[in-house]
Amino acid sequence: MNAVGLNSYLFLAFVLFLVGVMGVLTRRNALIIFMSVELMLNAVNLTLVAFARFLHSLDGQIFVFFVMTVAAAEVAVGLAIIIGIYRRSETVNVDEINLMKW
Amino acid sequence: MLETVAFYALAATAVGAALLMISRRNAVYSAVFLVICLCAVAGLYVMLNAQFLAAVQVIVYAGAIMVLFLFVIMLLRADSPAEGLETLSFQRIFGFVFTVILLFQVGAFMKTAAPGAPAGGMSQEALAASNTEMVGELLFTRYLYTFELVSILLLGAIVGAVVLAKRKL
Repeated sequence: MNAVGLNSYLFLAFVLFLVGVMGVLTRRNALIIFMSVELMLNAVNLTLVAFARFLHSLDGQIFVFFVMTVAAAEVAVGLAIIIGIYRRSETVNVDEINLMKW
Repeated sequence: MLETVAFYALAATAVGAALLMISRRNAVYSAVFLVICLCAVAGLYVMLNAQFLAAVQVIVYAGAIMVLFLFVIMLLRADSPAEGLETLSFQRIFGFVFTVILLFQVGAFMKTAAPGAPAGGMSQEALAASNTEMVGELLFTRYLYTFELVSILLLGAIVGAVVLAKRKL
């Protein structure tokens, strides 16, 4: 019935998650790190929707809906924190933000 | 046949845009490529019979959240490459090494753990019929308390964002 199987979707979500991980580990701009985290959230959402489709259930889609809500709240608070950091130290480079480093 | 072609086109768009997103020096370009990636994932949602979530993805993610990102990028002048000095040497190499380790770990897991037989309760025709209606019904019956809790979470996030971003209360 389906030309594309569940494993294809899972593999695609895995690749997207890996790209997000690489972005978090290699970039120093706090905003791009934040965007990479959003990308990872999206990869997980894709697995949830794929499982919901292939297990004939709608619960996965409800989970994705809630994950999106939490992501929106997280972005609002996180960007406010980044603005606060920039106001204090004039940079968004995470290597230079070391006030709480021992 | 058409489904396969659409899947590979959308998958290639999503992965390519994601790779461009993490490799651009200018943060504005990164944001634009992330919008493209999110729209491709929304297309995949449509292929998976999740039309409601596809619409929400485009409106909330690609619309509202990314506009917020672009506002902050331009407000902070963070688009210029400020990643000149590397205080942590070998950081890029370590990043690649750890990503490759994760690749092999999850790859080995995916090889051993094959997903089991379909176990849900709904028929395929019922799921495909009216996605938005069924999601709404489930949201306001079985997941009603979670729904109300999420509204409190959003209220908290609004108050938190205002308190954090305001210079003086």
